[in-house]
Amino acid sequence: MRALVAALLLAFASAAFAQAEEVAHPDARVEARLKELGEELRCLVCQNQTIADSAAPLAQDLRNEIRAQIAAGRSDAEIRAYMVERYGDFVLYKPPFKASTALLWVGPFALLALGLGILAAVLARRRAVPAPPAPDADAERAKIAALLESDRAPPGASKG
Amino acid sequence: MIPELGHFALVVALALATAQAVLSFTGAATGRMALMATSRSIAIGQFLFVAGAFAALAYSFVTSDFSVLNVAEHSNSRLPAHYRFAATWGSHEGSMLLWTLMLAGWTFAVALFSRHLPERLAARVLGVMGLVSAGFILFILLTSNPFERLIPAAEEGRDLNPLLQDPGMVVHPPMLYMGYVGFSVVFAFAIAALLEGRLDAAWARWSRPWTTAAWCFLTVGIMMGSAWAYYELGWGGWWFWDPVENASFMPWLAGTALIHSLAVTEKRGTFRSWTVLLAIVAFSLSLVGTFLVRSGVLTSVHAFATDPRRGIFILLFLVVVVGGSLALFAWRAPRVGLGSAFSPVSRESFLLANNVLLAVALAAVMLGTLYPLFLDALHLGKISVGPPYFDAVFVPLMAPAVFLMAIGPVASWKRARLPDLWVRLRWAFGVAVAAALVLPFVLGRWSPLVAFGLWLGLWVVTSSVAQLAQRLRTAPQATLGAKLRAQSLSWYGMTLAHLGVAVFIFGVTVVKGYETERDLRMAPGQHTRIGGYDFEFKGTREVPGPNYTAVEGTFDVRHAGSAQVIRTLHPQKRTYPVAGQTMTEAAIDWGITRDLYVSLGEPVDGGAWGVRVYHKPFVDWIWGGCVVMALGGFLALSDRRYRFARAPSVPAGAAARAAAR
Amino acid sequence: MMRALKFGIPLLVFAALVAFFAVGLTRDPREVPSPFIGKPAPAFTLTQLGAPERVFTPEEMRGKVWLLNVWASWCVSCRVEHPLLVDMSRKRLVPIVGLDYKDKRDDGLQWLAKHGDPYQLSAYDDEGKVGIDYGVYGVPETFVIDKQGIIRYKQIGPITQEALEKTILPLVKKLDG
Repeated sequence: MRALVAALLLAFASAAFAQAEEVAHPDARVEARLKELGEELRCLVCQNQTIADSAAPLAQDLRNEIRAQIAAGRSDAEIRAYMVERYGDFVLYKPPFKASTALLWVGPFALLALGLGILAAVLARRRAVPAPPAPDADAERAKIAALLESDRAPPGASKG
Repeated sequence: MIPELGHFALVVALALATAQAVLSFTGAATGRMALMATSRSIAIGQFLFVAGAFAALAYSFVTSDFSVLNVAEHSNSRLPAHYRFAATWGSHEGSMLLWTLMLAGWTFAVALFSRHLPERLAARVLGVMGLVSAGFILFILLTSNPFERLIPAAEEGRDLNPLLQDPGMVVHPPMLYMGYVGFSVVFAFAIAALLEGRLDAAWARWSRPWTTAAWCFLTVGIMMGSAWAYYELGWGGWWFWDPVENASFMPWLAGTALIHSLAVTEKRGTFRSWTVLLAIVAFSLSLVGTFLVRSGVLTSVHAFATDPRRGIFILLFLVVVVGGSLALFAWRAPRVGLGSAFSPVSRESFLLANNVLLAVALAAVMLGTLYPLFLDALHLGKISVGPPYFDAVFVPLMAPAVFLMAIGPVASWKRARLPDLWVRLRWAFGVAVAAALVLPFVLGRWSPLVAFGLWLGLWVVTSSVAQLAQRLRTAPQATLGAKLRAQSLSWYGMTLAHLGVAVFIFGVTVVKGYETERDLRMAPGQHTRIGGYDFEFKGTREVPGPNYTAVEGTFDVRHAGSAQVIRTLHPQKRTYPVAGQTMTEAAIDWGITRDLYVSLGEPVDGGAWGVRVYHKPFVDWIWGGCVVMALGGFLALSDRRYRFARAPSVPAGAAARAAAR
Repeated sequence: MMRALKFGIPLLVFAALVAFFAVGLTRDPREVPSPFIGKPAPAFTLTQLGAPERVFTPEEMRGKVWLLNVWASWCVSCRVEHPLLVDMSRKRLVPIVGLDYKDKRDDGLQWLAKHGDPYQLSAYDDEGKVGIDYGVYGVPETFVIDKQGIIRYKQIGPITQEALEKTILPLVKKLDG
């Protein structure tokens, strides 16, 4: 339903508003950097898409803006900072490392260390016991005879 | 009339599912054979009624009955017949009914194929499945009824989402659901075992084929989703670590760990608590996935329209089913016992390491997927976690698992010796390293990451070859043919599945290392060159479709420098008037060694268009690898020891002996 | 005993997850909060919608508490909040400056003529650049800016009666001193 409304709004929109045309920059390196950066940035009006791939007008505007900034010589870090200043960390698909995301970045490796630790502990505990001493043949025969005797006992006698 | 019958059938199915659960558990608890036996027939009855309900909905869609609200919202009379049928599951309500149908289907299969199981275990398994079914049917009836009427009936429907009007999209959900729902069987087995207080190798042997089957379906389902995204979404990508994609991947990771853990429990009677926990976790993740996709807590292109009531119901259902089973696990698992010992270097230890790594990878994917939710819930702000994070974290975790995958099957059970392993595998290792060092040059240019990926894949291949050679060498049969036939299907299945992983890794490594793309404006008559191929844009024309109009471009493809046209590609830009959406249909020249991919962007003045052209070497190996994995699984399933030929004479004999005492 | 306790860990982890899910059901994952709260409103110079020869900069509003409302003639949801804005301007509760976002000048003027003009004036942002500078990602959006030119609150989506009564008007009153 929401998608339908959104689509209708877009249809409405393209008729009425002044959407700037998207023109690729003549320098292929600028376009290459745009693609790389664009794939790390989130389109805010889409359902989980990158700015590089989205057809939304805002995404197009932002691509044009990024193109202009790349052509003006800004670095990737500066452009990312520009986006974060306006839209917050939400716009970055690679979350920055800060206090609130420390658990996110460290977590997997901490879990790995924990997992390997558990592995080591389990392996130590389940170590195969050393092979039992070689059986004494006579003692074995006597044991077998005794068991056979007990098997001839009347039914009702407990057996294992 | 038909929709009302369908609705009624669902209500009956709910009653039957509840009866199935109640009778089974009561019978098992009191030991009354009669009650336990009826649960089987009831399960079959439940399946028939759910199938009937599904048929009623499908009928409404195929006949375009727009007096049914769901049909009016998700179908259209101009939609081709096969898509009208597929539209049955193109909405939240319809897909929940498909889920329930799958669940009833698996229940039916268990009812049919469980005669060799001890009666109490079979009863409890059916009981658990009955409970889960009842929960889902109740969910549908209370919050997501597909049979709701639209009075007065609409003149015409709103059309199926154009994204779903595609053969891949038709098959992908059923495959996926077969997988998700299939894990409910081993889940039920696990609960039954915990209730019995007994878990042994026999239990593992019974559960294994069900689990492997579900895993195969899930593998195929995920693969189809990925392939669909690739050819349908127009940006050449095939995995985005989108929350819904992750929701399907997490049960797969758990399921993979589970089938390996079951192997150990079956062969050696050990890893019991691990296996039971994994069985619970795999199905729980399927349910959590359902929650994530349908409750609105996460943003995704896949998310269904949300309704807080649905989210609350599913969450409550999760608490009862997952919370209940984990509570049962906490209470009963300590009693299940440890099992036999094994040395630090042994097949068991390799498999344990494999399980640990898969579990950590699973936890990492879950952490990344849910972290934005965690922060938001704690009012700590909004962040996004996307491909850059997952790629950085997942690959380092899986690489060691793949490395071990090549060694595990060679190690003996209980005790293996590293020097022996080295002697058996040193040639395989050497060949893999050498080939991995050389291949990047052959493929294009040197890259350490590519070499590493290639080495991992090759290592699995060479190790498998070494294993086969070893087995043939030591086989007692006379001819090669007889020797090959003597190896178990189970072993062939495992090896094939592992080779599938190698093929997959090869595809991913090469495509990521060597793919090239060009994003440019082309006017008719212009050329562009990429990957050794020349693309000439010939212009566009209008093409009508059944429920859309399209602008179709024509591109002639030649080998660079040659004049002969080897292929003509026709990418389209389709407009679906009813839904008001525009879709890009990329044109792809599929090939075993490379894909050529062209998609149209936006028109620019002067008849020119924005065009994206890609050269993707070996990309089809990604999905080919998944297919091989699934084939391996199916092969392993068909191993002789899982056939149910033997009649259960043991219980009768034991009963007689007990009576005679 | 310790051994048995570890079997309870999965249940505890699940319980924590459920707690998060339950809270998650009350949050909207698509709403992006503004990073500008507490920061100065970005400077700009734009022509006025009704008077292209005149310009507007936010500097002009220093010393006053005011609202910057982002709107457009093509925006359907704007029509929902517009009567509230018209009512507010009639009651002279707080000065409202409009930002006509990615619109055609004539369309914008026509829309105001048709639905009422609550704005002191509207700045004309035809390319949407000022919108980007303010982190606008949807229309309508409204900023509450204080006397020193600091953004104190951002309303995402149309202003509802509830948001007006519970949040915006009390905040304006507080900032007025």
